[in-house]
Amino acid sequence: MKKNKLFISGDEAIAIGAKLARPHVIAAYTITPQTIAVERLSDMVESGELKAEYMHVESEHSAISACMGASAIGARTFTASSSQGLLYMAEGLHYCSGGRYPVVMMNANRSVALPWSIYGDQRDSLGLLDSGWIQVYVEDAQEALDMMIQAYKIAENPKVLTPMMVNIDGFILTHTYEMVNIPEQEKVDAFLPPFETVNKMSFENPKNMGFSSQPIDNTEFKYQQDRAMFDAIPLIKETDEEWAKTFGRRYHGMVENYKCDNADYIIVTLGSVCGTTRIIVDELREQGLKVGMLKIRYMRPFPEKEIQEITANAKAIGVLEKNISFGYEGTVFTNVNSSISKTKARPFMKNFVGGFGGRDITKQEIRQMFATLKEQTEPSKTVEYFNLNVATDE
Amino acid sequence: MNSPDTILAPKRITAKNMTEKEFFYGHKACAGCGGSVAVRLALKVTGERTLAAFPAGCMAAVGFIYPQMAFQNNAIITTFPGVASMASGISVGAKALGLKDYKTVAFAGDGGTADIGLQALSGMIDRGDDLMYICYDNEAYMNTGIQKSGLTPYGTQTTTTPAGKNLPGTKTHKKNLFEIIAAHDIAYAATASIGYPQDYINKVNKAKQIKGPSFIHVYASCPTGWGTPTNTTIEIAKEVVDTGLFFLAEYENGEFKLNKNPKEFKSIKNHLSKQGRFKHLTDNDYDIITKQRDMKWERMRKFWTLP
Repeated sequence: MKKNKLFISGDEAIAIGAKLARPHVIAAYTITPQTIAVERLSDMVESGELKAEYMHVESEHSAISACMGASAIGARTFTASSSQGLLYMAEGLHYCSGGRYPVVMMNANRSVALPWSIYGDQRDSLGLLDSGWIQVYVEDAQEALDMMIQAYKIAENPKVLTPMMVNIDGFILTHTYEMVNIPEQEKVDAFLPPFETVNKMSFENPKNMGFSSQPIDNTEFKYQQDRAMFDAIPLIKETDEEWAKTFGRRYHGMVENYKCDNADYIIVTLGSVCGTTRIIVDELREQGLKVGMLKIRYMRPFPEKEIQEITANAKAIGVLEKNISFGYEGTVFTNVNSSISKTKARPFMKNFVGGFGGRDITKQEIRQMFATLKEQTEPSKTVEYFNLNVATDE
Repeated sequence: MNSPDTILAPKRITAKNMTEKEFFYGHKACAGCGGSVAVRLALKVTGERTLAAFPAGCMAAVGFIYPQMAFQNNAIITTFPGVASMASGISVGAKALGLKDYKTVAFAGDGGTADIGLQALSGMIDRGDDLMYICYDNEAYMNTGIQKSGLTPYGTQTTTTPAGKNLPGTKTHKKNLFEIIAAHDIAYAATASIGYPQDYINKVNKAKQIKGPSFIHVYASCPTGWGTPTNTTIEIAKEVVDTGLFFLAEYENGEFKLNKNPKEFKSIKNHLSKQGRFKHLTDNDYDIITKQRDMKWERMRKFWTLP
């Protein structure tokens, strides 16, 4: 009997997910903590388990360029990166979304130098929020594997044709092991049909692609790109529903509402820290506190409606993120706050910022965050760096 | 990478039997553009099943102005540093999809090849991807307005190497691109000039047969950037070979071969002084240029196979 459950790391889950999606071309450059994912894919190509061309590119810039080239001829492509590598790709990220190449990428969320750190936070991908990629953040290895397959289905939809980045916390998820259900290939094939697109070169109907536009029509191209992102929203939900029907696991589309109904105090967060936050929500709920967690899954397109609805009756909302936009506030907070400010609700808002460069975010810290929301401490101060070990003059 | 032994002698293509089909027309290149000649001729050899890639640069700028597309065959603009890798992706993608009978060709200028695109080009050759790379060399960043590149020769006045009282224009010599590429042990590399079109056509035709990476460095005059009359494009590209400032050569089977070994060089001064970009050169500059040329030829004649 075939094993359908494996004890694997997040990186390995990504590799298996990518394999099940049957990419034609994989082009990737190695970077910690993404490496294991590309090593496993290389093993699969070597063994013949995966029939794909593996391109040993000399940089991340070439990785994304090669993926775009392969996509432009109609191939399904995969790449993987992290941190400095993702930033080195930055030109290609914009190029890829503008060219409407539905490349799928795994990004192992990692701190950005300087100072050097191979450990996790989310400043790499959040700093590229405007590059036109669909961005999803996963909580565990199972979600990582499942999203790899969902990603192709969403990105390749003719209404969307937008590349997608599956973000997985470096080390915390990429290098930790858990039991992961492995979907059957036949079911994946039924769920994810082969890549078909008109946005490709063909000998019957040759195309000139990647062209330049003039001031008279550039805005229209950008508008269509923007609309495609919004068109992905219902598809993201439908795809997740279809996934649930086929595989029995559901991620609730754009966001997950964890005990937010009737919650007075809500922490909005994303990625692996959702796991810890869940535990604290359960704990505080047992103590009779009305708390909840809103897990953001997609940062682009942004779940504005979902956030507005779920937080409508909350008294206080904290946004917890491993990210800061220097000189202002966390980008996740800016986005959440913007959504809420368009409603009549005026909850107490706080931005909890920390967990940089791999620093653990503890249960006690999350308890304290809920306490801050309840007590509405320092309402004039939006951003709170938690567990900060330097003296401040504030 | 395939062995060069497997290269079949292709059917010779000449001006007489060359296809009358045009694959690159209606573009907005300057009058007398040598780069567009290099692209036009190459596409006539590689044919309608060519998958062409161009980085940001003159050919991208003049050929893909939406909605007026100038290529009859499949063509794409790539990122500036990424022409070799994107073209590789096209070639590898086509292979993975099981497509048959096609040739992927990357065309890039001197800056896109010898400077910003060199790393990706090295990777492309290293992987042994099946495509041809043609560098049309007009000796500066012409698309952005004549700035110095790694292939701008000594003495050249560009907008970033102005010639004045204190500087002779460009102080460095041309990067040795052909030998840099050959050092990868590529199956086939060649230099050519649009001033010797039959030689260029033969080389493109030969490169077309290679299953693996091939490379052609073709000299392509630029009246706009060089300050030369638009009707002397071909003449200047021929003369540069006759003066020995450029050379026609091939690298195959691990060996360098000179295709043309002039008994006497034509006058460098006569050749350069016709070009606005060299108008300021002093006798001392001519000495430096002549010395550099002679050193190069001494080495080539000593170590390379002669015609």
